[in-house]
Amino acid sequence: MIAIIDYNAGNIQSVRFALNRLGIEPVLTSDAEQLLKAEKVIFPGVGEAGTAMKFLKEKNLDKLIPQLSQPVLGICLGLQLMCQHSEESNTDCLGIFPVMVKKFERVLKVPHVGWNNISKLKSSLFRDCSENSFVYYVHSYYAETGEHTIVETNYINSFSAALQKNNFYAVQFHPEKSSTVGEQILKNFLSL
Amino acid sequence: MLTKRIIPCLDIKDGRTVKGVNFLDLRDAGDPVELGKRYAEEGADELVFLDITATHEKRKTLIELVSRIALNLNIPFTVGGGISSVEDVSALLNAGADKISVNSAAVKRPELVSDIASRFGSQCVVVAVDAKNINGVWKVFLNGGRIETELHLEDWVKQLEKLGAGEILFTSMNHDGTKNGFACEELARISDMISIPVIASGGAGKPEHFLEAFTKGKADAALAASVFHFKEIEIKDLKSYLAQQQIPVRL
Repeated sequence: MIAIIDYNAGNIQSVRFALNRLGIEPVLTSDAEQLLKAEKVIFPGVGEAGTAMKFLKEKNLDKLIPQLSQPVLGICLGLQLMCQHSEESNTDCLGIFPVMVKKFERVLKVPHVGWNNISKLKSSLFRDCSENSFVYYVHSYYAETGEHTIVETNYINSFSAALQKNNFYAVQFHPEKSSTVGEQILKNFLSL
Repeated sequence: MLTKRIIPCLDIKDGRTVKGVNFLDLRDAGDPVELGKRYAEEGADELVFLDITATHEKRKTLIELVSRIALNLNIPFTVGGGISSVEDVSALLNAGADKISVNSAAVKRPELVSDIASRFGSQCVVVAVDAKNINGVWKVFLNGGRIETELHLEDWVKQLEKLGAGEILFTSMNHDGTKNGFACEELARISDMISIPVIASGGAGKPEHFLEAFTKGKADAALAASVFHFKEIEIKDLKSYLAQQQIPVRL
């Protein structure tokens, strides 16, 4: 059973439909028991970090998520919430990745919206994806690069397009909206 | 590198695509889902579905259609037409739309933009602005260009950015339908004025026009309808042309 964490986070339907296209019907839940026994957990998110953390706390998910032991995939805001701290509303996040989330300097247009390429691929999450593949982004905050960075994108500066630590994976872009490349990444996650 | 986006726009009436579409090989070219998928396969970066029925009774048809599109399409899409409340937006996003576009309702009630942005995030709020150059002044128009307002385009886009709009879809009524190119000078002016992306619309006739919209017009994306529907321009050919001209595009 593939679970999608349901906590008022916006793009849950898009993620669900993307899994449907791969022939999988996920369970949308915030129930601890269901999440603990899922084979894989997807942690999506669109919106604002402070509000999202509040929702997670209300459902006690802030304690549960870091304890999950199966493969977990954070998407977009999900990635940022899995980091240490976000400059967005000065929010303490889940701290799974010891990484800071910063706001893009407005040297170019912010938010970073559209298709950009991923480089320095180094994880089985990107099996059969080629260097410089295009993925779809919509975000104003980014995770810095560091030892847990498994792929990078450059916009204004280099940032973590994806992070990994143990069983925790997270992508800043939207695989559910990234055409065939995104489908490949989701398939790779599902076959971890 | 962030690429420039090419966005076909599909007009929808009662759940069907409207404009005569030249896709003879599609089983049902009137089906927005089939047509949308075809455009995605051909390299479209996003799609806009504009519901021109937008009567209250037909909303349900639209919501069902949006779900079907979301289930079948693997690129982002925007839904517009007749959106006038946070509830309308909520229903469309829940059905799976990535972004919504508001136009007249935002002019009548600017706080609608901030209400949507604070509830669902700026990333999903595209504000469509129809404007016409009248004796050197760009005035904003309502209801598909039928009603002139006192708003000046440049003031309006600055206000929209402050209200929390995520992107501006600017249609020049002077250029729309002419196939003589986009309103590049004005595009560049508003693009420099605000820090959110600007989508050029109105006037696309040949590939060179898209190039100009991105270079002279400083647009982040370009939208067109009939040149794609009638296959006067193939998206694949357009994108290879732009790549040859050093415009970053997703190939």
